[in-house]
Amino acid sequence: MTAPLVQATDLGFSYRGAAPALADVSFSVEAGRNLGIVGESGAGKTTLLRLLLGLTRPTMGTLSTNGVPFDAGDRAALRSHRTFAQAVFQDPYSSLDPRQNVGRIVSEPLRSLRLESRASGVHERVAAALTSVGLPADAATRFPHEFSGGQRQRIAIARAIVARPRLLIADEPVSALDLSTRVRIVDLLSSLSADGLTVVVVSHDLGTVAALCEETLVLEKGRVVEQGPTASLLAAPAHPYTQKLLAAVPRLPKR
Amino acid sequence: MRRRSITLAIGAVLVGIILATAVVSFFWLPYPPSDIGGGRLAPPSAAHLAGTDKLGRDLLTQLMIGARIALQVGAGSVAIGGVLGIALGLATAFAQRWLDDGLSAVLDVLIAFPTLLVAMLVVAASGASLGSAILAIGLAMSAVVARLTRILAKRVLSLDYITAARVSGTRWPGLILQHVLPNIWPTVVVNLALQFGLAVLAEASLSYLGLGSPPPNASWGSILQEAQGTVLVAPIGAVAPGVLLVVLVIGVNLVADGLRDVGDPTRRGRA
Repeated sequence: MTAPLVQATDLGFSYRGAAPALADVSFSVEAGRNLGIVGESGAGKTTLLRLLLGLTRPTMGTLSTNGVPFDAGDRAALRSHRTFAQAVFQDPYSSLDPRQNVGRIVSEPLRSLRLESRASGVHERVAAALTSVGLPADAATRFPHEFSGGQRQRIAIARAIVARPRLLIADEPVSALDLSTRVRIVDLLSSLSADGLTVVVVSHDLGTVAALCEETLVLEKGRVVEQGPTASLLAAPAHPYTQKLLAAVPRLPKR
Repeated sequence: MRRRSITLAIGAVLVGIILATAVVSFFWLPYPPSDIGGGRLAPPSAAHLAGTDKLGRDLLTQLMIGARIALQVGAGSVAIGGVLGIALGLATAFAQRWLDDGLSAVLDVLIAFPTLLVAMLVVAASGASLGSAILAIGLAMSAVVARLTRILAKRVLSLDYITAARVSGTRWPGLILQHVLPNIWPTVVVNLALQFGLAVLAEASLSYLGLGSPPPNASWGSILQEAQGTVLVAPIGAVAPGVLLVVLVIGVNLVADGLRDVGDPTRRGRA
């Protein structure tokens, strides 16, 4: 059996002088099985995401990728982690530098990680990434302010997949978008995951998680209160907190 | 968008007039700067287009030299204050909490210090000359620029595109050059233009205290100060340097405004 893409063991993190934001978080992400991380504001979702991205080092526990322990303090490990995991953020208005054109934005991982030395190679890969998120290749010469919120999120996704990572970590990727755009972005993410990308979605929106993720992990106050296959978890939530979350969803269709 | 280019054009013309005057002054002057043969406080005439001052020196000659000094002071102190201030501001914005707190406190103290006091310290250490005046003004300016840069950079650093850049593998030199500087530049450049004007005015004050450029290469500030006693008899001596000062300061501000907009893709024509 191959090692899971990500294996978190007793992961914990505390901001200096504060109560732990995360404690004893253990889970694994198997290739091809998208994971949804749900919980209310302040449950530790974003902290967990920062740990997964190597932006912050855990104060407790270990994180392994492909069976190899990952230390965000090790420069070489961090560099290879960047080609392994990429991110999409919540607000498509602040996640794109307004002074760079789309081509420059999307090519940033290629340039910063020196994955492609030829200018024509960069150009081709950017065009391919833009096409695969449903944007015209000539979008590269335009600036973010010329695009709508949904299109901007597509640009952000193009940047995240241009380096061909195994794992896409999305922090509330649709919560800043209107409803019909949401559906299209979720569709885009699920088509990308059908092409071999594994997606970890941090969300407080159970609908997005249900549509996209095979596995779900529920966080409350920095601890995992429930995890398992999304279908069974949503059908029969065992933990009172999960039941509360489900009850908070307006008019969830009966199963 | 057209309106913007007009702003830039007007600014360029105003600055161009002063710049041309300064350049010409290196090759040609109506009279030698210390020639006092014009008669005291002569009104404008064919021989002395702007009249003479109370020692009989040609005023146009002095004004032309003054243009040179004004540009030197403005450009020199903005270069010193800009480079030092931006570097310091970025350092504090990127620094750990304790270093940021420490440096910010130092900056606050520096800003609280009047420019003239800082200038006197520098001049006391290096002697009265145009160079030390520029250095002094530049140092005082750097504290103001540093604080502005720090605030702007901190705001940019908290945005998602910085996190996205880090996730994309961009390290801090790239973050500064590709993301922070381009995004704080419009505000910084307008502030530097303002500082340019203030620097020229500060030099005038220093000259008055005998800490600026020594005579007979008088700056506009010292011409103005010198003429204030005789303003009712020969108003042009006070009015002319003042007008030139205003022309330069407005011109620089318009150019800065125009340049900011040219560099901003969101203000360019939309597709």
